[in-house]
Amino acid sequence: MLRFTLNRLAQSIAVVFLVFTITFFMIRLTDGDPFASPKAMPPDVRKVLVERYGLDKPLPVQYFTTMGSYLKGDLLPSMSYQGMWNTKIIKDAFPISLIIGVAALGVALALGLPAGIIAAVKKNTWLDFGPMSLALIGICLPTFVMGPLLIMLFGLKWRLLNVAGWFEKTDWILPAVTMGLIYGAYIARMTRGGMLEVLNQDYIRTARAKGVPGWKVVMGHALRGGLLPVVAFLGPALAGITTGSFIIEKIFNLPGLGQHFVSSVFNRDYSLILALVVLYAAVLVVVNFLTDILIAWLNPKVRLS
Amino acid sequence: MSAVLDVKDLQVSFHTRNGVVRAVDKVSLKVEAGQTVGIVGESGSGKSVTCYSLLGLIPSPPGKIEGGSAMFGGMDLLKLPEKELQKVRGSRISMIFQDPMTSLNPFLKIGTQLVEPLRLHKGMDKAAAWKQGIEALKEVGIPEAATRMDQYPHEFSGGMRQRVMIAMALITRPELLIADEPTTALDVTIQQQVLDLIKDLQKRLGIAVVFITHDLAVVHEVCDVVNVMYAGRLVESAPAAELFAHPRHAYTRALMRSIPALQKKGEPLYTIPGLPPDLSHLPAGCSFRPRQTPDRQLLCLRDQRPPLVEVSPGHWAQACPGCVEGGILS
Ligand SMILES: Nc1ncnc2c1ncn2[C@@H]1O[C@H](COP(=O)(O)OP(=O)(O)O)[C@@H](O)[C@H]1O
Ligand SMILES: [Mg+2]
Repeated sequence: MLRFTLNRLAQSIAVVFLVFTITFFMIRLTDGDPFASPKAMPPDVRKVLVERYGLDKPLPVQYFTTMGSYLKGDLLPSMSYQGMWNTKIIKDAFPISLIIGVAALGVALALGLPAGIIAAVKKNTWLDFGPMSLALIGICLPTFVMGPLLIMLFGLKWRLLNVAGWFEKTDWILPAVTMGLIYGAYIARMTRGGMLEVLNQDYIRTARAKGVPGWKVVMGHALRGGLLPVVAFLGPALAGITTGSFIIEKIFNLPGLGQHFVSSVFNRDYSLILALVVLYAAVLVVVNFLTDILIAWLNPKVRLS
Repeated sequence: MSAVLDVKDLQVSFHTRNGVVRAVDKVSLKVEAGQTVGIVGESGSGKSVTCYSLLGLIPSPPGKIEGGSAMFGGMDLLKLPEKELQKVRGSRISMIFQDPMTSLNPFLKIGTQLVEPLRLHKGMDKAAAWKQGIEALKEVGIPEAATRMDQYPHEFSGGMRQRVMIAMALITRPELLIADEPTTALDVTIQQQVLDLIKDLQKRLGIAVVFITHDLAVVHEVCDVVNVMYAGRLVESAPAAELFAHPRHAYTRALMRSIPALQKKGEPLYTIPGLPPDLSHLPAGCSFRPRQTPDRQLLCLRDQRPPLVEVSPGHWAQACPGCVEGGILS
């Protein structure tokens, strides 16, 4: 287990480093630069800015100084938000996305797992068709339809929650539910598929032949194997869901991380793009690591190898 | 001797998109205490379905028990509600299956699976059950039983897994063991060991065994009574010695001819021509007719199912004039 952990740690660091390097050079290949604003900038102002951010230095020098700062934990100042540090931008926005993302995942699991399990056990009955039809609708319904729909009901009609913004303690609920319903729909279908496959296995027949009661067969013998596909899906999903969604943030007017992903690219904000992509890679790597541990815990065959 | 299990006119069918599959058609069989009763037949003849339906293990739908009775300990298993059947399964009647590689749960420790019947049916606490589990593994000849309890199925070979299955089936000391082709999926050398183990335990514990196989050589070795199944029906049933000495039905004789060990050296291996019939579109008369030689075919019943008659004391065969050798007496 220790070797497994160390191995993965080394791999993770390598991945983040690679992402850092590729991103650093890729963004510089795009047209324009951080200071190519539509309004022509006086050449001397531009020169000052370029010098301040070190963009006049040769590329390898920029690369190594940037890496040096990153290694010290300094993510450099933003090039488009004047006077803002990237660390500060992330510190303000990431927690919001994280709260909403984790809550959304909670909603998704709370809905998707039971629905999927029941649908598999009660295959081809209305307990299967009902939830699975809803799940299909959930998958087909885009966020920008589901979100406003919930806003209309809970915000405008019943006036239970704020329609948008990030002011009150309850403001995470609507965005989390919007995302949770959609992810929940995916999880329900995946759980059903996984469970159906396992419930057809010979060892389930063995369990029944031993006189194990029906619900115990499902929970004690089928669940572990049935959940493996869901767990494998959860890793990448969690990374995506906790680093913010541009659409959700636009619908609910949230100061989350997703907006920065989009705006930093439009602004050619080299340093902010780099900071966000590295953060995303780091989150993905951590979450994948946790997923692997969870899978190893679920599946003894993986554990040994 | 009293019958441990008495199955009468069991009828099972599967209602599928392609029609009704009559998997088991009026099968009757009796298992006396301490006896080993064999069910033989080609793959697809309804051997497994016969046994699974006794324990409520056929998937339903599409499976449906259409009729018959199966008396066990004063109860009709076919009429028992699922809750009551659960108390019988794994406690008074146990099963082992064909493929030991897939029949154990890959996610659970051997020990956990092994002692589950004790925990369920005998209400034993974990420690006591675990201890008895170790004994059970020793009993089936698994070395280092205590360590093996903590391992997972993939750390066991096929033969060892089948030993675990046997230990698990017998751990509650059931009255009846149903073994569904327990050696078919194993290597030949391992087959013999597992057969010997079943025979030995059967003798020591005095349990009755229903032994399903498609291999007459295995039947010859372990069974007291043999039931030959073809296309969902019994075509012949007799004490083993009698059956091997005087096989009466053409299908039984064909099966015997296809045992390699009973053939003269150098002769090409005999295989029964043709295939078993489609169980959803059975021919009206004798179901073996399409595979008979042309002159025999002429004699086979075409309009009605040949009835099972007692051709000599204790020896039953399907009374089809084309298939029964030596005529039908009585
Ligand atoms: N779940 C099922 N659905 C439809 N038909 C089935 C099902 N299970 C078994 N059958 C049919 O029942 C027949 C007997 O099968 P089985 O008892 O497994 O044969 P075997 O003698 O090889 O054990 C087969 O021909 C098969 O088509
Ligand atoms: Mg079978």
